[in-house]
Amino acid sequence: MVHAGHIPDAVTGARAVPIYQTTSFVFDDAEQAAQLFELKQYGNIYTRISNPTTAVFEERIASLEGATGAVATASGMAAQLVTFLTLLAPGDEIVASSQLYGGSITQLVHTLRKFSIGVRFVNPSVLSEWEAAITPRTRALYGETIGNPRGAILDIERVAALAASRGMPLIVDSTMATPALCRPIEHGATLVVHSATKFIGGHGTAIGGVLLDSGKFDFSGYPTIAAPSAAYHDLRFYDTFGHYGFLMKARAETVRDTGACLSPFNAFLLIQGLETLSLRMHRQSESALRVARFLEGHPAVAWVAYAGLPSHPDHALAVKYLPNGAGAVFSFGLKAGSAAEGRAAGRRFIEGLRLFSHLANIGDVRSLVIHPASTTHQQLTDEELAKGGVGPGLIRLSIGLENVEDLLWDLDQALPAPSR
Amino acid sequence: MGPGPGLACAITLNSALTPEQQRLYQDPLVIQRLLREARTIAIVGLSSDPQRASWFVASYLKNEGYRIIPVNPKADAILGERAYPDLASIPDKVDMVDVFRPASECLAVARQAVAIGAGALWLQLRLVNIEAAELAAKSGLAVVVDRCVKMEHGRYFGRLHWAGMNTEIISARKARLS
Repeated sequence: MVHAGHIPDAVTGARAVPIYQTTSFVFDDAEQAAQLFELKQYGNIYTRISNPTTAVFEERIASLEGATGAVATASGMAAQLVTFLTLLAPGDEIVASSQLYGGSITQLVHTLRKFSIGVRFVNPSVLSEWEAAITPRTRALYGETIGNPRGAILDIERVAALAASRGMPLIVDSTMATPALCRPIEHGATLVVHSATKFIGGHGTAIGGVLLDSGKFDFSGYPTIAAPSAAYHDLRFYDTFGHYGFLMKARAETVRDTGACLSPFNAFLLIQGLETLSLRMHRQSESALRVARFLEGHPAVAWVAYAGLPSHPDHALAVKYLPNGAGAVFSFGLKAGSAAEGRAAGRRFIEGLRLFSHLANIGDVRSLVIHPASTTHQQLTDEELAKGGVGPGLIRLSIGLENVEDLLWDLDQALPAPSR
Repeated sequence: MGPGPGLACAITLNSALTPEQQRLYQDPLVIQRLLREARTIAIVGLSSDPQRASWFVASYLKNEGYRIIPVNPKADAILGERAYPDLASIPDKVDMVDVFRPASECLAVARQAVAIGAGALWLQLRLVNIEAAELAAKSGLAVVVDRCVKMEHGRYFGRLHWAGMNTEIISARKARLS
């Protein structure tokens, strides 16, 4: 968390990571310039493709995940899109968990459709659904370590084994777990994506994302990675760069062409976050468990969906994959007689809170609260909403670093008093 | 950015070798010494196609100041260097033999490397022939198996890091000017 990816430079010895706030880099000579453009040397050309500050962030997160390398992107959504656009071609399909972040579902259904890439959603807890959804066009499986917002835990080993048996990669979004709680590659995932905006940063000051490759998948059956590339004078990325092939392609073609790069300043901010990642994740998970237990025992609360609680259907998977804590984000529902009553009660509760910030983010050191049905998930149809497990009265919490007693006080005073 | 002094982290990712074979044939100290001391590298199976992996490695090494000797019976010259049909035809001393041929040919290449008195045998990434490695090691050659010379040079001399790759090097020591 504090050293990987950064060796103090030979000239200044600067201990902290310097910010290389520059768009471009001077070439040694014409020959070196040509070699850099042909990818025959490692080096920096232009910050849209690579940057020394961003490289520290990339190598550090790769080290934490046990990945062979990483490519940083402008956001988590960009990390996911760059992964799909690198791997897939028109006509291909993805099988994805239905328990994804609402924005991911929208990207998969609507934006990928414009590239003629299809998606089939499955209940991530039912392996036979994953199996049944795979067609000859399926090229990847996709799920979240901890689903959003119901906290479904992906059985990474079983889904990865299924993917491996069909010769395709499992892609895991591990934003809610971070490598401090779970390293999907150790359980068989091929590619991992993160919204670094959340827990990796922790401070809520920078939008960013990252994609990582285990380096263990044989991409020779994927023409997008292995065949001569028309976008790079017939370079065969997998043959030439081996286990770096996917990431080199993602950087030198997809990020180059989409422009979805991370800014060096944001990389610097995210590096500051990484330095304290495990401390925050352990503490925030611990507090989340306290809060979840409190809510479960509160008379105004109908249900609590936190995989750290024995009452959650995926508790056993959480014990297996998240032994150091089930994360700091979960949802709960207020007791209500009808959907309209639930919506009204939810609004009153959010407006009564004093310490929780009402906003559309998670993973901050400040505790956050949101009502997904009217915000993050409002683009979804009722049917998609129900499939994603989001009811009208669902409230999502992201537990921060405040004193947990203060958080319990705040929730207690905002929850409806038991009827007398 | 060069490595700090005394740097020898275990490099474990991306290898088909067993941990015991990795200890024998992927020793970071041996790799660093070879990269530091070797000057003349014969590249067996160097392609004349500029988009092949072997060409990427050779052009990189030449650019880094190594003398490269192409070994390819179908070419007269590659990258401006005279090509030889086999190792035995090379008139000069060879510090290291870097191999880009199928695993089935590695034993024969190892025998030739021993015969010409080469200092080291290096089988490229995903190229594993333990019999060839053992033969060369018994004859006193330094041996590296299932690693890429370019990637390893980039790992220890800082530039692989710029591509966002996991070098597995962790050090709080100031880098040395290389």
